[in-house]
This record gives sequence, structure tokens and C-alpha cells, in this order.
Amino acid sequence: MTTISAVVPQKPWAKSSQEKLIAAGIVVLSIIATYAFVEVTPLKGKLAYFVSYFFIYVILDSLYSLTTHGVSAAKDSIAKGFITAGVFVAVMPMISILLTVFMRGRRGLNWNLFANDMSVNSVNDPIGQGGLLHALLGTAILVAIALIISLPIGILTALYLTEVKGRFASPIRFLVQAMSGVPSIVAGLFILSAIVYPITKSYSGIMGSLALSILMIPTIARTSEEVLLLIPNDLREAGVALGGTQWRTVAMVVVPAAKSGLITAVILGIARVAGETAPIVLLTGGGERVNANPFSGPMGSLPFYIWKAFAVGTEESITRAWAGIFVLLAIVMVLFVAARFLGERRTSK
Amino acid sequence: MSNDVIAPKSIPAKRELTTVPRFSDRVFRGIVTGGGFSSLLILGLIFAFLAYQGFSVLRSQGIHFITGSAWEVVTDDSGNIIASDTKFGLAAMLIGTMLCAIIAVVIAVPISVLTSLYLTFYAPPFIKKIMIAVIDLMAAFPSILFGLWGFFILMPSVEYWAKLLHKYFGFIPFFKMEVPIYTRSPFVAGVVLAVMIIPIITSVSREIFSQTPLDRIQAAYALGATRWSMVKAVALPYARSGVVGGAMLGLGRAMGETVAVYTVLNVVYQVNWHVLLGAGGNVASMILLKFGEAGPQEIKALMAAGLVLFLLTLLVNSLANLIVKSSGGKGR
Repeated sequence: MTTISAVVPQKPWAKSSQEKLIAAGIVVLSIIATYAFVEVTPLKGKLAYFVSYFFIYVILDSLYSLTTHGVSAAKDSIAKGFITAGVFVAVMPMISILLTVFMRGRRGLNWNLFANDMSVNSVNDPIGQGGLLHALLGTAILVAIALIISLPIGILTALYLTEVKGRFASPIRFLVQAMSGVPSIVAGLFILSAIVYPITKSYSGIMGSLALSILMIPTIARTSEEVLLLIPNDLREAGVALGGTQWRTVAMVVVPAAKSGLITAVILGIARVAGETAPIVLLTGGGERVNANPFSGPMGSLPFYIWKAFAVGTEESITRAWAGIFVLLAIVMVLFVAARFLGERRTSK
Repeated sequence: MSNDVIAPKSIPAKRELTTVPRFSDRVFRGIVTGGGFSSLLILGLIFAFLAYQGFSVLRSQGIHFITGSAWEVVTDDSGNIIASDTKFGLAAMLIGTMLCAIIAVVIAVPISVLTSLYLTFYAPPFIKKIMIAVIDLMAAFPSILFGLWGFFILMPSVEYWAKLLHKYFGFIPFFKMEVPIYTRSPFVAGVVLAVMIIPIITSVSREIFSQTPLDRIQAAYALGATRWSMVKAVALPYARSGVVGGAMLGLGRAMGETVAVYTVLNVVYQVNWHVLLGAGGNVASMILLKFGEAGPQEIKALMAAGLVLFLLTLLVNSLANLIVKSSGGKGR
């Protein structure tokens, strides 16, 4: 029996243990130096610690690089320091937001929330009375109707851009991008000026849905377009070669192949509008009781619930607002993770 | 399973070969084209209806609607509106919109560029994957969440930063303070907006950075460049215009933001150049504020304000998209 010694792969670029030790030493040294620096100078507060740690670390690290590898290595470590700091600053708010919503939202959460509406309670009542059933139901209805309106339009737009590829494809692509920048309040004002004032003269859920669909169409159209572009042309050619018309090819080959991607587009569209507040405040009237009829009467929704509870500003109402945010954020995150999951599956296939 | 071949009773007639689409395809193409033009239709309708509703105000105020900075509805004793004294001038809010949005972009662009550089050239694949997901998630956060978070968590810190800015940079006109009110200032709104637009600018710049030609990167390394020299010599020049486009997309988003600004900013109708002072506003939040108690005439003025905001954001966004598109990459 002979033993075969496997060739151990060499990584000449990897850091040696000595280099790792020195890197750790610089970190420890700069922590100590920061502490000393903040104690000696009149600076105080968390900000002082962060800022002086950053500068001391960058100075020490670049000095070390300067002595060992010269000027350009020192510049490299300075750049690396700034880039790391930039990432830290970019991610901090995200962590802070998630933690805050979790810590503050938790206090207002209870099962009654999902069983009651606010028709007999005010936002100032003790936590545990009333709930946001009406808001959840309202948001579900608003988003569902918006989806029914936007899904065909969004996918037809994407099909026009990828399948028909008409003469106007590039201007239309440009317009869809421009449309995704329309401020949400403008969408609300548009529905007010076009439908509410001249025709219905009353607020209702459907008006909110119409405004939401204006915001939803570009998201669905752009995501679907990206997905449809990923479908290999072989499939289209195969469909046509089998004698299918373009309509049959698109309906029976291209769209089924892109199904999971199109579902991702739908989910992203829902996530985009579920928390939209401005048009909801302008258009739905914001009811306090469960109202399943989007065509008449004010309709509550999660953003409106949060908005109103926040505006009152008492301790109970603020707790309610955070609980509402917790629920809303949970919905958005679940949708988002679902979209990611489907997207992963699509690309790994 | 039988292998019998069923012979056709009669040979089918030869099909005519043609490039003319069939009827079903013509219907299909018609419907899809119709759907494709919906974005044009919707944008056109938005413009038409806002212009129609705001027309009377725009005509009576003329250029003063943009340049004037008074927003007064004057009524006589019986409550009728005196048209000659009623002034609708949007300038104060336009200035406020630009101030908040520019503060946001100034803060967000360096952070976003550094983050996207990290994601493209520095991060290990594992961290890169997580961080991209996290940043995309952050872009999907509802704006009211940013508003509440900004109000309760961020504002105390930002006030402190504002005091520091005033203390050390008070000689710059923008940072002057006659009255020390630091709460709910345009600066606070700008910081919250910056947090909101960081994900957008980061994802646009990341996409552009990741399209940097690999041969140039490898050429730089082969010539002995450090990572930073490579970034400076290759990646930044390649991505410059794309980053500018991304920044403008962020600017457009920041200008149209309503709820987050309304939550953290003390909306007061006045021209305020002092960004640290607790008064200001932007067009969108002003519309939301005035909407509740507005009479019919003022509603028309608000529609006109919405039209101005719509055109402004459309312009900035279109410009941004053109820049991003022309910088070699496809859009966001």
C-alpha cells in the first residue's frame, strides 16, 4: 500500500500568519490609541470614538504599509480605509432600521391586532384594544386591484420591448424608465384630477389602487423585460420552426419559460407599492372599520394606519405606529425574500 | 403502442409561403403594441389632467408661479376669494426641494461610490452576495419607514451633527443660524433622503463598475498597480459618467419624495437658505400639507404645483437615464 500525498495548493497571495498578526496588532493598537486620544482631547461621544478610531487606524495602517512597501502601498491602505468606512456608513442605517422596528414594533404586537379593527377604539386606547385587521385587509385589496390592472399592462409592455421589438421599442423603454421616476404624490394628484373631482367626487379604495398601479406598472414592465431578455432565442426559433405563429410561440413557449421570473416581477411590484403612503393618504379616505368593498366608502390600509397613528403622537399611538411598521416591513421582507428565492432558482437553472 | 402509420386520406393543399403575418399574429401584435404604448398614454394623461386642472392658476399667476414665493389665499368678509390678491408662488418650495435633494446627493454619492467600489473590487464573494441583497432590500423599504426612523432615531444625532457644523463651519452662509432651532431642518431631511437614495446610487454605480473591461483591470495589475491605483486609473474613469447618471437618478427620487420629508421636516412656507434652521419644505410635502384644508381654488394651485414637480422629476430622470445609457452600460 502506497500513500499518495496530494499536492497542497499554494496560495502565494494569501496573507501569512505573521501578516495577519500585524494586521490584528494595528487594530488593537488603534483601539487603545483612540481611547487615549478621546480621553486627552475635549472630544466626547460615540461620534468622536468612531471618527478618531477611523483616522488613527488609517494613519497607522498606511504608515505600516509605507515602511514595508512604499508610497503606493500607503495610498492603497488609505483608500481601503475610506472604502471600508463608506460601506460601514451605508450599512449602518439598514441595521439601525431593522433593529428599531423590531425593538419598538414588538411592544405593540399582539394577536388582537389581527382580529379587530379600530371602529370602536381610538389610537389612544391601551395597547391590546383594537387592531389593524381593516388595514391589512385594505392593503391586500388595494394591492390586489392594482396588480390586476398593472400586470397585463406591464407584461404587454415588456413583450412589446422584447418580442415585437417595434420601431418604437427604444422610446418606449425610455418612457417606462421615466415613468418609474414619477413621484408617488403626482400619481395621487393625477387620479384626483382625472377621476375623483370630475367623476366620482368621493374617496374609495379603487382610487388608491389606480394610483398604485401607475407606480407598479414600470416596476413590473422593467423586471419582466429583463427576465424575457434572458430567455434564449433558441426557444423562440424552435417555436417558430415547429410551425407556431408568433402568438403561439410567445404564449406557449416564451412566457411559460419565463414564468418564475415573471412571478418575481409581480412580487417586486407588490413590494414597491405595499408601503406607498402619499397617494393612499390623498385618495382612500382611510376608514377605521373593515370595508371589503373597494368601490364605496373609505378604505383603511397599513400605510394610512401608521401615518395616522404617528400624527396623533401620544405614547400609545406611536407604539401602534411601530407595530404597524413591523407588520408592513415583515410583509415587504417576506415578498422580497420570495422574489430572491425565485430569482436564484431561475439563474441557477 | 402500434406502429401503424395512418395515411392521410388526401394530401393537404400546399401552404403558401409568405412573410405576411397571420390574422392571429396581427391581433397579437396589435394588442402588445397597444400595451406597450400605455406608458406614453399614462404620462400624457398625467400631464394633460394636471395641466387642465392647474391651467386657470397658471394663467392668472403666469411666471410668478415659478418665481414668486408667496402662497396666500385672500378672502373677503363673506369668504369669497379675491383673485387679484391671491398669490401662488412656488419658488420657496422649489428652493427647498433643491436644497434637500442636493444635500442628500452630496452625502449619498461618496458613500454609494465607496460601497459600490467595495462590492465590485474588494468584497469576498460571500459578503458581496449578502450585501447586494441587503442593499436591494433597503431600496424596497417603504418611505414612511424611513420617515419614522428618521424622526425618532436619526434626528437627535443629526441635530448634534448640525450643531457641530454650525460651530466649526458657521462662517459659510448656508450654515448660519440666527435662531438656534436645529430640529426638523432641511439638513435633517437631506440626511434621511440620503439614506433613502444610497441603495439606488449604489446599485447603478455597482452595475457600471462591474462592466469595467477585465483586460484593462488585468493590464493595470500586470503593470504592478495596487488595487487603488487600478481603481483610480481604470475603474473610475470608465464609470464616471455612469456614476453621474446614478447620482441624478437619486436626485430625481429625492426631489419627488413626500412622506419621509413631511415626517422629518417642519414644513413652513418660506424661503430658507439656512439648511440647519428648522423650517423649510419641498413641493411634494407642501402639497400633502396644504391638501387637507385647501379650498377649490387652492386645490387647482396644488395641481399646478404637482405639474411642476412632475415635469421637474421627469426632466431629471430622463437626463439621468440618458447619461447611464450612454455610459456603455444598459440602464439600471
